[in-house]
Amino acid sequence: MSFLDLKNVTKIYPNGTKAVHETSLSVDEGEFMVFVGPSGCGKSTLLRMVAGLEDITEGDINLDGKLINEVDPSERDVAMVFQNYALYPHMNVYNNLAYGLKNRGIDKETIEQKVNDAAKLLQISDYLQRKPSMLSGGQRQRVAMGRAIVRNPKIFLFDEPLSNLDAKLRIQMRLEIKKLQQKVGVTSIFVTHDQVEAMTLADRLAVINNGIIEQLGTPIEIYDNPKSLFVAGFIGSPQMNFLDGNIKNKTLSAEGFEIKDIDSDFEGEVKLGIRPEHLSQSENSLINLKVDLVEQLGSDNLVYGQLKDKKDFCYRCPGNLTIEKGADLSLNIENNKYYIFDKSTGKRVN
Amino acid sequence: MTRFITSSFSHLILLIGILIMLVPVWMIFASSTHTSSMINMNGLQMFLGDSFYENYLRVLLYQGGFFKEITALKMFFNSFIMATGVAILSVVTSLMAAYALVYYRIKYATLLFWIIFITILVPLELRIFPTYSVMAELNLVNSYFGLIVPISASAIATLFFRQFYKTVPDELLESAKLDGANTWRFFVDFLIPLSKTMIVAMLIFMFVFGYNQYLWPLLVTTSEQYWTVVMGLKMMSGSIVHRFAFVMMSMVPPILIIIVLQKYFIKGVFQDK
Ligand SMILES: Nc1ncnc2c1ncn2[C@@H]1O[C@H](COP(=O)(O)OP(=O)(O)OP(=O)(O)O)[C@@H](O)[C@H]1O
Ligand SMILES: [Mg+2]
Repeated sequence: MSFLDLKNVTKIYPNGTKAVHETSLSVDEGEFMVFVGPSGCGKSTLLRMVAGLEDITEGDINLDGKLINEVDPSERDVAMVFQNYALYPHMNVYNNLAYGLKNRGIDKETIEQKVNDAAKLLQISDYLQRKPSMLSGGQRQRVAMGRAIVRNPKIFLFDEPLSNLDAKLRIQMRLEIKKLQQKVGVTSIFVTHDQVEAMTLADRLAVINNGIIEQLGTPIEIYDNPKSLFVAGFIGSPQMNFLDGNIKNKTLSAEGFEIKDIDSDFEGEVKLGIRPEHLSQSENSLINLKVDLVEQLGSDNLVYGQLKDKKDFCYRCPGNLTIEKGADLSLNIENNKYYIFDKSTGKRVN
Repeated sequence: MTRFITSSFSHLILLIGILIMLVPVWMIFASSTHTSSMINMNGLQMFLGDSFYENYLRVLLYQGGFFKEITALKMFFNSFIMATGVAILSVVTSLMAAYALVYYRIKYATLLFWIIFITILVPLELRIFPTYSVMAELNLVNSYFGLIVPISASAIATLFFRQFYKTVPDELLESAKLDGANTWRFFVDFLIPLSKTMIVAMLIFMFVFGYNQYLWPLLVTTSEQYWTVVMGLKMMSGSIVHRFAFVMMSMVPPILIIIVLQKYFIKGVFQDK
């Protein structure tokens, strides 16, 4: 059994909303697990069940070899960082960090030492006497982290802790969280709907949709090998292009082009997925793109345009290529990197 | 220039208001420092006389009542006990009632709350006989307990605390729980400090409410030993200047409480901002 073990966990809210469906998941000790998915897919619910803040309707959760379904949150030895930080407004930073330790009956000197160590690690030593209302967003974020770290819990739970920060600070804090987690080595679960955050932070990633884990794996596995239409569309930025097609006798025909000898026995209606970065310009072209708009990011250009059938399409090319608006590009798929999904079930078929 | 005119105009209105409120009080105070015969002959006075100590001391120490058993000093003591008791007891009970209503999983919490709230429509005067007979059965007539307890359940204070607790974000409770706080600790370490300002405001409010009680103390005390100041206002017999002096002194405790606690009250308000 691994460190954290969810077995057929289901959550049905009192009003009948089924937020999590029979989910099973194992997290190893020291692992950084990220839950990613669109809004309302049940990420927070799953996390809160681990914390003990929501009852488990069905299934079992084991932490460190112990069944915790019925264990009170205060006894679970987990720490959580909330989206709005939930700092204690009437206590100064020192007491915010010390509160959990005091409740565990730890003696004063040890508390002081632990708080000071955590404060140093997070560079908040200068603010220990301040109230949370006198801190900036980034500093509050650090205090929230400090409150989690100082107790040295079995597991860290993060519920979108970076979403209240501006873009630059987000990236900085993202890095710091990752570094900190590696340094402290505590098992962590991080919830986010930002796929870049998910990709950069995760040891392993669980892509959740409608209360089901659609795919579980390392970020690269999921990027390279999405198992469903949903995962393919959700992971990767800009989003994967999807085209309607039809397979007959190992030949895929889409609007305007055909791919022969595909690696699939599937027959029928499909969606063809091509990532913008897996295209290149070439003579014997497959796809003809009429350019509408070019976004120059410096290192890359994002080229948006339309195919023959007026379908929107995106192509990502190196930043040194100049592409004019209105140009006609002929594109080819690099190394046969395309994905085929059953149109009716969304399952990958190649 | 126009700003100067409008602001002096509003100041003028405020000044007139203050005068309307203060002049009668001042007249009573000024009159209470004269001798009775002076007032009887010349009416109310605008300027201070020289019988201040004589009048006030006599009122404080004079054995009043039908049986000459109580002094004004004792009445102040009684009123103080009663008002403080009502203030503390009602704040404590409504803090706890609101806590239960908001944070415990009580099935019909909202309905229960409205039932509590409806009691505002049932003032003491309306339930005075049943309340009295309960107190009589419990042998609490003529006791501080009997003076305090029946008027110490405050639906208004419960309402205020409940509304405040509802604005406290759930994450705070969840965070505290994960930090190992149990129900009691959350109440003591979080809700009470967070509602400090409101607690002080309610203490003032309920103190004045308790201090101003008239009908209930009148009913529940037969012994003069338990007379309160407000009862004394009616019962004290004596000459006009002594009554004035008593009226003046009866205003002191509420004013004092407001002045003393207002400091904390304002501090609390600004700290939280
Ligand atoms: N207390 C509740 N009572 C009833 N339904 C709820 C409750 N909390 C959440 N839900 C529902 O459960 C589903 C999952 O909610 P959850 O908060 O887990 O989503 P999420 O993935 O965290 O979304 P977000 O990214 O917006 O935070 C949603 O459909 C939501 O409406
Ligand atoms: Mg959420």
